Amino acid sequence: MTAEAIVEVKGVGKTYDGGVEALNDVCLELPPGKLSTLLGPSGCGKTTLLKIIAGLIPPSCGEIRVKGQKVDGPGPERAFVFQDFALLPWANVLRNVAFGLELRGAPMEQREEIARRQIAEVGLGGFEGSYPNQLSGGMKQRVGLARALAVNAEIVLMDEPFSSVDEQTRRKFQEELLDLLVHKQKTVIFVTHSIEEAAYLSDQIVLLSPRPGTVSRIIRPEIKRGGRSPDEIRRDKNYLDAVDEIWQILKQYV
Amino acid sequence: MQRNNLIATRVAWQLISFVLFFGLWELAGRWPISLAFPPFSKTVVALARMTANGSLPRAYLFTLQPLAIGMVLCGIAGIGFGIGMGLSRTIEWFSLPIFIILQAAPMAAIIPLITYIYGIGLTAKVLAVVVLAAPVIVMNSYKGIHNTNPSLIQMSRAFLGTRRQEIFKIMLPHAGALIFAGLRLGLAMGFIGIVIAELMITPTGIGDLITYHSSVADYPEMFAAILSIVALAALTLHALERLERKIFPAEIRGT
Repeated sequence: MTAEAIVEVKGVGKTYDGGVEALNDVCLELPPGKLSTLLGPSGCGKTTLLKIIAGLIPPSCGEIRVKGQKVDGPGPERAFVFQDFALLPWANVLRNVAFGLELRGAPMEQREEIARRQIAEVGLGGFEGSYPNQLSGGMKQRVGLARALAVNAEIVLMDEPFSSVDEQTRRKFQEELLDLLVHKQKTVIFVTHSIEEAAYLSDQIVLLSPRPGTVSRIIRPEIKRGGRSPDEIRRDKNYLDAVDEIWQILKQYV
Repeated sequence: MQRNNLIATRVAWQLISFVLFFGLWELAGRWPISLAFPPFSKTVVALARMTANGSLPRAYLFTLQPLAIGMVLCGIAGIGFGIGMGLSRTIEWFSLPIFIILQAAPMAAIIPLITYIYGIGLTAKVLAVVVLAAPVIVMNSYKGIHNTNPSLIQMSRAFLGTRRQEIFKIMLPHAGALIFAGLRLGLAMGFIGIVIAELMITPTGIGDLITYHSSVADYPEMFAAILSIVALAALTLHALERLERKIFPAEIRGT
Protein backbone atom coordinates (compact mmCIF):
# COMPACT_ATOMS: atom_id res chain seq x y z
CA MET A 1 0.00 0.00 0.00
CA THR A 2 2.32 2.67 -1.21
CA ALA A 3 -0.30 4.90 -2.80
CA GLU A 4 -1.55 7.70 -0.62
CA ALA A 5 -4.87 7.05 1.07
CA ILE A 6 -7.89 8.68 -0.59
CA VAL A 7 -10.02 8.39 2.54
CA GLU A 8 -8.57 8.79 6.02
CA VAL A 9 -10.56 8.02 9.14
CA LYS A 10 -8.93 9.64 12.13
CA GLY A 11 -9.97 8.74 15.65
CA VAL A 12 -13.67 8.64 14.75
CA GLY A 13 -16.13 7.88 17.53
CA LYS A 14 -19.91 8.02 17.52
CA THR A 15 -22.24 8.04 20.48
CA TYR A 16 -25.93 8.27 19.62
CA ASP A 17 -28.43 10.33 21.59
CA GLY A 18 -29.39 8.10 24.44
CA GLY A 19 -25.83 7.02 25.13
CA VAL A 20 -25.36 4.09 22.76
CA GLU A 21 -21.72 4.09 21.75
CA ALA A 22 -21.55 2.76 18.20
CA LEU A 23 -17.93 3.52 17.32
CA ASN A 24 -14.85 4.23 19.38
CA ASP A 25 -11.57 5.68 18.09
CA VAL A 26 -11.62 4.19 14.59
CA CYS A 27 -8.48 4.90 12.59
CA LEU A 28 -8.29 3.75 9.01
CA GLU A 29 -6.73 4.51 5.66
CA LEU A 30 -8.40 3.51 2.43
CA PRO A 31 -6.29 3.30 -0.71
CA PRO A 32 -7.53 4.76 -4.01
CA GLY A 33 -8.75 2.52 -6.80
CA LYS A 34 -9.21 -0.42 -4.45
CA LEU A 35 -12.14 -2.17 -2.91
CA SER A 36 -12.15 -2.06 0.87
CA THR A 37 -14.68 -3.94 2.95
CA LEU A 38 -15.95 -3.06 6.39
CA LEU A 39 -16.79 -6.40 7.96
CA GLY A 40 -18.07 -7.22 11.38
CA PRO A 41 -20.90 -8.72 13.40
CA SER A 42 -24.35 -7.10 13.43
CA GLY A 43 -24.44 -3.94 15.44
CA CYS A 44 -20.70 -3.25 15.23
CA GLY A 45 -21.35 0.15 13.71
CA LYS A 46 -20.11 -0.62 10.21
CA THR A 47 -23.04 1.09 8.54
CA THR A 48 -22.62 4.03 10.92
CA LEU A 49 -18.97 4.31 9.91
CA LEU A 50 -19.90 4.20 6.22
CA LYS A 51 -22.51 6.92 6.70
CA ILE A 52 -20.01 9.05 8.60
CA ILE A 53 -17.60 8.70 5.68
CA ALA A 54 -20.48 9.64 3.36
CA GLY A 55 -21.12 12.74 5.45
CA LEU A 56 -24.68 11.66 6.24
CA ILE A 57 -24.04 11.31 9.97
CA PRO A 58 -21.71 13.65 11.87
CA PRO A 59 -19.10 11.88 14.03
CA SER A 60 -19.10 12.63 17.77
CA CYS A 61 -15.34 12.95 17.71
CA GLY A 62 -12.49 12.57 15.26
CA GLU A 63 -12.61 13.46 11.58
CA ILE A 64 -12.80 12.08 8.06
CA ARG A 65 -10.53 13.38 5.34
CA VAL A 66 -11.20 12.71 1.68
CA LYS A 67 -8.25 13.56 -0.54
CA GLY A 68 -6.86 15.56 2.35
CA GLN A 69 -10.03 17.64 2.78
CA LYS A 70 -12.00 17.43 5.98
CA VAL A 71 -15.53 16.09 5.42
CA ASP A 72 -18.46 18.02 6.85
CA GLY A 73 -21.24 16.66 4.64
CA PRO A 74 -21.87 14.71 1.45
CA GLY A 75 -19.69 15.66 -1.51
CA PRO A 76 -19.63 15.17 -5.28
CA GLU A 77 -16.65 12.79 -5.09
CA ARG A 78 -18.65 10.29 -3.04
CA ALA A 79 -21.74 8.34 -4.11
CA PHE A 80 -23.83 6.03 -1.95
CA VAL A 81 -25.58 2.74 -2.68
CA PHE A 82 -28.27 2.04 -0.09
CA GLN A 83 -29.11 -1.25 1.54
CA ASP A 84 -32.84 -0.69 1.01
CA PHE A 85 -32.20 0.72 -2.50
CA ALA A 86 -33.87 4.09 -1.70
CA LEU A 87 -35.54 4.37 -5.11
CA LEU A 88 -38.33 6.83 -5.79
CA PRO A 89 -41.43 4.62 -6.19
CA TRP A 90 -43.16 7.18 -8.40
CA ALA A 91 -40.23 7.52 -10.83
CA ASN A 92 -39.26 5.03 -13.52
CA VAL A 93 -35.83 3.44 -13.77
CA LEU A 94 -34.54 6.13 -16.11
CA ARG A 95 -35.44 8.98 -13.79
CA ASN A 96 -34.20 7.12 -10.72
CA VAL A 97 -30.82 6.52 -12.31
CA ALA A 98 -30.64 10.12 -13.46
CA PHE A 99 -31.84 11.46 -10.09
CA GLY A 100 -28.37 12.29 -8.73
CA LEU A 101 -27.72 14.36 -11.86
CA GLU A 102 -31.19 15.89 -11.65
CA LEU A 103 -30.42 17.13 -8.15
CA ARG A 104 -27.23 18.69 -9.49
CA GLY A 105 -29.22 20.57 -12.10
CA ALA A 106 -27.95 18.71 -15.17
CA PRO A 107 -30.11 19.36 -18.25
CA MET A 108 -32.66 16.65 -19.03
CA GLU A 109 -31.08 15.48 -22.29
CA GLN A 110 -27.60 15.15 -20.88
CA ARG A 111 -28.64 13.31 -17.74
CA GLU A 112 -30.89 10.90 -19.59
CA GLU A 113 -28.12 10.08 -22.02
CA ILE A 114 -25.75 9.30 -19.14
CA ALA A 115 -28.48 7.37 -17.32
CA ARG A 116 -29.25 5.22 -20.39
CA ARG A 117 -25.58 4.33 -20.69
CA GLN A 118 -25.35 3.36 -17.01
CA ILE A 119 -28.57 1.35 -17.20
CA ALA A 120 -27.13 -0.63 -20.10
CA GLU A 121 -23.88 -1.09 -18.21
CA VAL A 122 -25.55 -2.67 -15.18
CA GLY A 123 -27.55 -4.93 -17.51
CA LEU A 124 -30.96 -3.29 -17.20
CA GLY A 125 -31.33 -2.19 -20.82
CA GLY A 126 -35.01 -2.30 -21.80
CA PHE A 127 -36.25 -1.55 -18.29
CA GLU A 128 -35.87 2.24 -18.51
CA GLY A 129 -39.63 2.76 -18.32
CA SER A 130 -40.32 0.30 -15.49
CA TYR A 131 -41.19 1.38 -11.97
CA PRO A 132 -39.33 0.05 -8.90
CA ASN A 133 -42.34 -1.99 -7.75
CA GLN A 134 -42.17 -3.94 -10.99
CA LEU A 135 -38.54 -4.96 -10.41
CA SER A 136 -36.96 -7.75 -8.35
CA GLY A 137 -34.61 -6.97 -5.45
CA GLY A 138 -31.53 -7.63 -7.56
CA MET A 139 -32.78 -5.34 -10.32
CA LYS A 140 -33.59 -2.59 -7.84
CA GLN A 141 -30.06 -2.76 -6.50
CA ARG A 142 -28.72 -2.48 -10.04
CA VAL A 143 -30.73 0.72 -10.37
CA GLY A 144 -29.18 1.95 -7.10
CA LEU A 145 -25.71 1.10 -8.39
CA ALA A 146 -26.35 2.76 -11.76
CA ARG A 147 -27.53 5.90 -9.97
CA ALA A 148 -24.30 6.00 -7.97
CA LEU A 149 -22.19 5.44 -11.09
CA ALA A 150 -24.10 8.07 -13.07
CA VAL A 151 -22.80 10.94 -10.94
CA ASN A 152 -19.27 9.76 -11.76
CA ALA A 153 -17.95 9.93 -8.21
CA GLU A 154 -14.48 8.54 -7.53
CA ILE A 155 -15.59 6.90 -4.33
CA VAL A 156 -18.57 4.56 -4.22
CA LEU A 157 -19.89 3.71 -0.77
CA MET A 158 -22.01 0.55 -0.65
CA ASP A 159 -24.07 -0.37 2.40
CA GLU A 160 -24.74 -4.13 2.35
CA PRO A 161 -25.99 -3.81 -1.21
CA PHE A 162 -26.54 -7.52 -1.74
CA SER A 163 -28.10 -8.39 1.60
CA SER A 164 -31.64 -8.61 0.28
CA VAL A 165 -31.07 -10.46 -2.97
CA ASP A 166 -30.90 -14.22 -3.45
CA GLU A 167 -27.63 -16.13 -3.61
CA GLN A 168 -27.44 -16.59 -7.41
CA THR A 169 -28.12 -12.92 -8.03
CA ARG A 170 -25.66 -12.04 -5.34
CA ARG A 171 -22.81 -14.01 -6.92
CA LYS A 172 -23.57 -12.75 -10.39
CA PHE A 173 -23.70 -9.22 -9.06
CA GLN A 174 -20.37 -9.61 -7.26
CA GLU A 175 -18.66 -10.68 -10.47
CA GLU A 176 -20.17 -7.84 -12.41
CA LEU A 177 -19.09 -5.42 -9.73
CA LEU A 178 -15.50 -6.65 -9.97
CA ASP A 179 -15.61 -6.38 -13.78
CA LEU A 180 -16.99 -2.90 -13.55
CA LEU A 181 -14.34 -1.79 -11.08
CA VAL A 182 -11.47 -3.07 -13.19
CA HIS A 183 -12.62 -0.75 -15.97
CA LYS A 184 -13.61 2.24 -13.90
CA GLN A 185 -10.83 2.61 -11.38
CA LYS A 186 -13.23 3.49 -8.60
CA THR A 187 -12.49 3.41 -4.93
CA VAL A 188 -15.16 1.29 -3.31
CA ILE A 189 -15.99 1.02 0.35
CA PHE A 190 -18.27 -1.88 0.92
CA VAL A 191 -20.14 -2.89 4.06
CA THR A 192 -21.04 -6.53 4.48
CA HIS A 193 -21.49 -9.20 7.12
CA SER A 194 -20.61 -12.01 4.74
CA ILE A 195 -17.08 -13.35 5.16
CA GLU A 196 -17.04 -15.00 1.73
CA GLU A 197 -18.26 -11.85 0.07
CA ALA A 198 -15.60 -9.77 1.78
CA ALA A 199 -12.79 -12.18 0.92
CA TYR A 200 -14.01 -12.61 -2.65
CA LEU A 201 -14.31 -8.93 -3.47
CA SER A 202 -11.80 -7.06 -1.38
CA ASP A 203 -8.31 -5.76 -1.73
CA GLN A 204 -8.48 -4.79 1.91
CA ILE A 205 -10.79 -6.08 4.65
CA VAL A 206 -11.32 -4.03 7.77
CA LEU A 207 -12.58 -6.18 10.62
CA LEU A 208 -14.57 -4.33 13.24
CA SER A 209 -15.14 -5.57 16.79
CA PRO A 210 -18.62 -5.56 18.33
CA ARG A 211 -20.11 -2.42 19.87
CA PRO A 212 -18.50 -0.05 20.35
CA GLY A 213 -16.85 -0.78 17.00
CA THR A 214 -13.11 -0.42 16.69
CA VAL A 215 -10.73 -1.73 14.06
CA SER A 216 -9.65 -5.14 15.26
CA ARG A 217 -7.63 -6.25 12.21
CA ILE A 218 -6.92 -5.29 8.62
CA ILE A 219 -6.48 -8.16 6.19
CA ARG A 220 -5.24 -7.82 2.63
CA PRO A 221 -5.93 -11.04 0.75
CA GLU A 222 -3.62 -10.89 -2.25
CA ILE A 223 -5.84 -12.74 -4.64
CA LYS A 224 -4.92 -12.64 -8.32
CA ARG A 225 -8.18 -12.03 -10.10
CA GLY A 226 -7.13 -11.14 -13.63
CA GLY A 227 -8.43 -13.62 -16.19
CA ARG A 228 -9.59 -16.20 -13.66
CA SER A 229 -13.04 -17.63 -13.28
CA PRO A 230 -15.00 -17.09 -10.06
CA ASP A 231 -14.66 -20.78 -9.23
CA GLU A 232 -10.90 -20.63 -9.60
CA ILE A 233 -10.79 -17.62 -7.31
CA ARG A 234 -12.92 -19.44 -4.75
CA ARG A 235 -10.36 -22.28 -4.77
CA ASP A 236 -7.40 -19.90 -4.53
CA LYS A 237 -5.23 -20.53 -1.50
CA ASN A 238 -5.11 -16.85 -0.58
CA TYR A 239 -8.89 -16.64 -0.75
CA LEU A 240 -9.34 -19.67 1.48
CA ASP A 241 -6.70 -18.42 3.91
CA ALA A 242 -8.41 -15.05 4.14
CA VAL A 243 -11.79 -16.66 4.82
CA ASP A 244 -10.24 -18.81 7.52
CA GLU A 245 -8.33 -15.94 9.11
CA ILE A 246 -11.45 -13.76 9.25
CA TRP A 247 -13.45 -16.59 10.74
CA GLN A 248 -10.83 -17.22 13.43
CA ILE A 249 -11.20 -13.60 14.54
CA LEU A 250 -14.95 -13.26 14.15
CA LYS A 251 -15.78 -16.42 16.03
CA GLN A 252 -14.41 -14.88 19.22
CA TYR A 253 -17.27 -12.40 18.97
CA VAL A 254 -20.05 -14.91 18.50
CA MET B 1 -62.17 -11.82 -23.03
CA GLN B 2 -62.31 -13.31 -19.56
CA ARG B 3 -61.67 -9.88 -18.11
CA ASN B 4 -64.59 -8.43 -20.02
CA ASN B 5 -66.78 -11.24 -18.72
CA LEU B 6 -65.69 -10.44 -15.19
CA ILE B 7 -66.57 -6.78 -15.58
CA ALA B 8 -69.92 -7.67 -17.13
CA THR B 9 -70.71 -9.99 -14.22
CA ARG B 10 -69.79 -7.30 -11.70
CA VAL B 11 -71.90 -4.66 -13.41
CA ALA B 12 -74.80 -7.11 -13.58
CA TRP B 13 -74.63 -7.77 -9.83
CA GLN B 14 -74.44 -4.08 -9.09
CA LEU B 15 -77.50 -3.47 -11.25
CA ILE B 16 -79.38 -6.26 -9.50
CA SER B 17 -78.47 -4.71 -6.15
CA PHE B 18 -79.89 -1.34 -7.24
CA VAL B 19 -83.03 -2.89 -8.71
CA LEU B 20 -83.56 -4.87 -5.52
CA PHE B 21 -83.08 -1.81 -3.31
CA PHE B 22 -85.39 0.45 -5.27
CA GLY B 23 -87.87 -2.41 -5.71
CA LEU B 24 -88.09 -2.94 -1.96
CA TRP B 25 -88.46 0.80 -1.50
CA GLU B 26 -91.34 0.79 -4.01
CA LEU B 27 -93.05 -2.11 -2.22
CA ALA B 28 -92.57 -0.58 1.22
CA GLY B 29 -93.97 2.73 -0.02
CA ARG B 30 -97.04 1.06 -1.52
CA TRP B 31 -97.70 -1.16 1.53
CA PRO B 32 -97.60 1.55 3.11
CA ILE B 33 -95.45 1.41 6.25
CA SER B 34 -96.08 5.04 6.94
CA LEU B 35 -97.95 7.86 5.26
CA ALA B 36 -94.70 9.81 5.36
CA PHE B 37 -92.90 7.16 3.28
CA PRO B 38 -93.63 7.54 -0.44
CA PRO B 39 -92.87 4.79 -2.94
CA PHE B 40 -89.80 5.10 -5.14
CA SER B 41 -91.82 5.88 -8.29
CA LYS B 42 -93.55 8.88 -6.70
CA THR B 43 -90.21 10.15 -5.42
CA VAL B 44 -88.71 9.98 -8.91
CA VAL B 45 -91.70 11.81 -10.36
CA ALA B 46 -91.32 14.48 -7.68
CA LEU B 47 -87.63 14.73 -8.48
CA ALA B 48 -88.42 15.30 -12.17
CA ARG B 49 -91.08 17.87 -11.26
CA MET B 50 -88.74 19.80 -8.97
CA THR B 51 -86.01 19.77 -11.59
CA ALA B 52 -88.43 21.00 -14.25
CA ASN B 53 -89.91 23.82 -12.17
CA GLY B 54 -86.43 24.98 -11.21
CA SER B 55 -86.76 24.65 -7.44
CA LEU B 56 -84.13 21.90 -7.21
CA PRO B 57 -81.50 23.60 -9.41
CA ARG B 58 -82.06 26.85 -7.49
CA ALA B 59 -81.58 25.05 -4.18
CA TYR B 60 -78.31 23.53 -5.39
CA LEU B 61 -77.07 26.94 -6.41
CA PHE B 62 -77.42 27.94 -2.75
CA THR B 63 -76.02 24.72 -1.33
CA LEU B 64 -73.04 24.22 -3.57
CA GLN B 65 -71.73 27.77 -3.29
CA PRO B 66 -70.66 27.61 0.38
CA LEU B 67 -69.52 24.01 -0.13
CA ALA B 68 -67.24 25.07 -2.98
CA ILE B 69 -65.91 28.12 -1.12
CA GLY B 70 -65.30 26.04 2.00
CA MET B 71 -63.50 23.31 0.07
CA VAL B 72 -61.28 25.78 -1.78
CA LEU B 73 -60.38 27.42 1.53
CA CYS B 74 -59.59 24.06 3.09
CA GLY B 75 -57.73 22.98 -0.01
CA ILE B 76 -55.40 25.95 0.11
CA ALA B 77 -55.07 26.76 3.80
CA GLY B 78 -55.60 23.23 5.13
CA ILE B 79 -53.10 21.54 2.83
CA GLY B 80 -50.66 24.41 3.33
CA PHE B 81 -50.94 24.20 7.07
CA GLY B 82 -50.65 20.40 7.08
CA ILE B 83 -47.50 20.58 4.98
CA GLY B 84 -46.14 23.24 7.33
CA MET B 85 -46.80 20.92 10.26
CA GLY B 86 -44.94 18.14 8.50
CA LEU B 87 -41.93 20.34 7.76
CA SER B 88 -41.55 22.34 10.96
CA ARG B 89 -41.15 20.83 14.40
CA THR B 90 -42.40 24.03 16.04
CA ILE B 91 -45.65 24.13 14.08
CA GLU B 92 -46.04 20.39 14.66
CA TRP B 93 -45.69 20.60 18.44
CA PHE B 94 -47.94 23.61 18.60
CA SER B 95 -50.81 22.35 16.48
CA LEU B 96 -50.75 18.56 16.31
CA PRO B 97 -52.66 18.06 19.60
CA ILE B 98 -55.32 20.52 18.44
CA PHE B 99 -55.91 18.69 15.19
CA ILE B 100 -55.89 15.28 16.81
CA ILE B 101 -58.67 16.48 19.12
CA LEU B 102 -60.53 18.18 16.27
CA GLN B 103 -60.40 15.04 14.17
CA ALA B 104 -61.72 12.86 16.97
CA ALA B 105 -64.37 15.30 18.20
CA PRO B 106 -67.94 15.22 16.83
CA MET B 107 -67.52 18.58 15.17
CA ALA B 108 -71.15 18.73 14.10
CA ALA B 109 -71.94 19.56 17.73
CA ILE B 110 -70.33 22.97 17.46
CA ILE B 111 -72.16 23.98 14.30
CA PRO B 112 -75.03 25.65 16.26
CA LEU B 113 -72.39 27.75 18.03
CA ILE B 114 -71.34 29.24 14.71
CA THR B 115 -74.70 31.01 14.49
CA TYR B 116 -74.00 32.98 17.65
CA ILE B 117 -70.87 34.44 16.14
CA TYR B 118 -71.46 34.59 12.41
CA GLY B 119 -75.25 34.75 12.18
CA ILE B 120 -77.06 32.85 9.46
CA GLY B 121 -75.39 34.12 6.29
CA LEU B 122 -73.01 32.59 3.79
CA THR B 123 -70.08 32.95 6.20
CA ALA B 124 -71.72 30.67 8.73
CA LYS B 125 -72.36 27.98 6.12
CA VAL B 126 -68.84 28.20 4.75
CA LEU B 127 -67.54 27.90 8.28
CA ALA B 128 -69.66 24.81 8.91
CA VAL B 129 -68.04 23.16 5.89
CA VAL B 130 -64.56 24.22 6.95
CA VAL B 131 -64.97 23.06 10.53
CA LEU B 132 -65.91 19.56 9.39
CA ALA B 133 -63.61 19.20 6.40
CA ALA B 134 -60.41 20.85 7.65
CA PRO B 135 -59.19 18.37 10.28
CA VAL B 136 -58.92 15.37 7.96
CA ILE B 137 -57.40 17.49 5.18
CA VAL B 138 -54.78 18.98 7.51
CA MET B 139 -53.99 15.65 9.16
CA ASN B 140 -53.60 13.79 5.87
CA SER B 141 -51.28 16.45 4.45
CA TYR B 142 -49.27 16.38 7.66
CA LYS B 143 -49.00 12.60 7.68
CA GLY B 144 -48.03 12.50 4.02
CA ILE B 145 -45.08 14.80 4.65
CA HIS B 146 -44.19 13.47 8.08
CA ASN B 147 -44.10 9.81 7.02
CA THR B 148 -41.77 10.32 4.08
CA ASN B 149 -39.40 7.36 3.92
CA PRO B 150 -36.30 8.64 5.82
CA SER B 151 -34.11 6.57 3.55
CA LEU B 152 -35.25 8.64 0.54
CA ILE B 153 -34.37 11.86 2.39
CA GLN B 154 -30.94 10.46 3.17
CA MET B 155 -30.57 9.48 -0.48
CA SER B 156 -31.41 13.02 -1.55
CA ARG B 157 -28.82 14.41 0.84
CA ALA B 158 -26.19 11.86 -0.24
CA PHE B 159 -26.64 13.06 -3.82
CA LEU B 160 -26.28 16.69 -2.74
CA GLY B 161 -29.98 17.59 -2.86
CA THR B 162 -30.86 20.91 -1.22
CA ARG B 163 -33.62 21.22 1.38
CA ARG B 164 -35.81 22.75 -1.32
CA GLN B 165 -35.24 19.79 -3.65
CA GLU B 166 -35.89 17.46 -0.74
CA ILE B 167 -39.32 19.05 -0.26
CA PHE B 168 -40.31 19.36 -3.90
CA LYS B 169 -38.78 16.22 -5.35
CA ILE B 170 -39.18 13.78 -2.44
CA MET B 171 -41.66 14.87 0.22
CA LEU B 172 -44.44 16.40 -1.88
CA PRO B 173 -44.59 13.61 -4.49
CA HIS B 174 -44.55 11.15 -1.61
CA ALA B 175 -47.41 12.94 0.14
CA GLY B 176 -49.46 13.47 -3.03
CA ALA B 177 -51.66 10.39 -2.73
CA LEU B 178 -52.42 10.99 0.96
CA ILE B 179 -53.18 14.68 0.38
CA PHE B 180 -55.58 13.79 -2.41
CA ALA B 181 -57.27 11.18 -0.23
CA GLY B 182 -57.53 13.85 2.49
CA LEU B 183 -59.34 16.16 0.08
CA ARG B 184 -61.76 13.39 -0.85
CA LEU B 185 -62.52 12.55 2.78
CA GLY B 186 -62.72 16.28 3.51
CA LEU B 187 -65.34 16.70 0.78
CA ALA B 188 -67.37 13.87 2.31
CA MET B 189 -67.28 15.75 5.62
CA GLY B 190 -68.08 18.98 3.77
CA PHE B 191 -71.31 17.46 2.41
CA ILE B 192 -72.29 16.56 5.96
CA GLY B 193 -71.38 20.05 7.16
CA ILE B 194 -73.40 21.86 4.54
CA VAL B 195 -76.53 19.75 5.06
CA ILE B 196 -76.37 20.16 8.85
CA ALA B 197 -75.82 23.90 8.42
CA GLU B 198 -78.85 24.20 6.15
CA LEU B 199 -81.01 22.13 8.45
CA MET B 200 -79.91 23.81 11.66
CA ILE B 201 -78.65 27.31 10.89
CA THR B 202 -79.92 28.74 7.66
CA PRO B 203 -82.99 27.32 6.00
CA THR B 204 -81.76 27.68 2.42
CA GLY B 205 -80.84 25.41 -0.44
CA ILE B 206 -81.32 21.70 -0.25
CA GLY B 207 -81.73 21.74 3.54
CA ASP B 208 -84.61 24.17 3.16
CA LEU B 209 -86.25 21.96 0.52
CA ILE B 210 -86.11 19.03 2.93
CA THR B 211 -87.51 21.02 5.89
CA TYR B 212 -90.15 22.85 3.88
CA HIS B 213 -91.60 19.85 2.07
CA SER B 214 -91.60 17.90 5.30
CA SER B 215 -93.53 20.67 7.08
CA VAL B 216 -96.22 20.83 4.38
CA ALA B 217 -96.35 17.00 4.14
CA ASP B 218 -95.12 16.81 0.52
CA TYR B 219 -93.28 13.63 1.32
CA PRO B 220 -92.34 12.62 -2.25
CA GLU B 221 -90.68 16.05 -2.69
CA MET B 222 -88.89 15.76 0.63
CA PHE B 223 -87.55 12.31 -0.26
CA ALA B 224 -86.61 13.56 -3.72
CA ALA B 225 -84.46 16.27 -2.16
CA ILE B 226 -82.79 13.78 0.19
CA LEU B 227 -82.26 11.27 -2.63
CA SER B 228 -80.69 13.94 -4.82
CA ILE B 229 -78.13 15.09 -2.26
CA VAL B 230 -77.23 11.51 -1.32
CA ALA B 231 -76.79 10.62 -4.98
CA LEU B 232 -74.76 13.74 -5.68
CA ALA B 233 -72.40 13.12 -2.77
CA ALA B 234 -72.01 9.44 -3.55
CA LEU B 235 -71.34 9.99 -7.25
CA THR B 236 -68.88 12.84 -6.65
CA LEU B 237 -66.91 10.90 -4.05
CA HIS B 238 -66.89 7.79 -6.20
CA ALA B 239 -65.61 9.78 -9.17
CA LEU B 240 -62.87 11.30 -7.00
CA GLU B 241 -61.85 7.87 -5.78
CA ARG B 242 -61.53 6.62 -9.35
CA LEU B 243 -59.54 9.72 -10.26
CA GLU B 244 -57.29 9.09 -7.28
CA ARG B 245 -56.56 5.55 -8.40
CA LYS B 246 -55.81 6.83 -11.88
CA ILE B 247 -53.39 9.57 -10.76
CA PHE B 248 -51.74 7.50 -8.04
CA PRO B 249 -51.86 3.85 -9.17
CA ALA B 250 -50.82 1.33 -6.52
CA GLU B 251 -47.54 0.47 -8.24
CA ILE B 252 -46.09 3.97 -7.95
CA ARG B 253 -47.25 4.78 -4.43
CA GLY B 254 -44.65 5.43 -1.80
CA THR B 255 -44.68 2.88 0.95
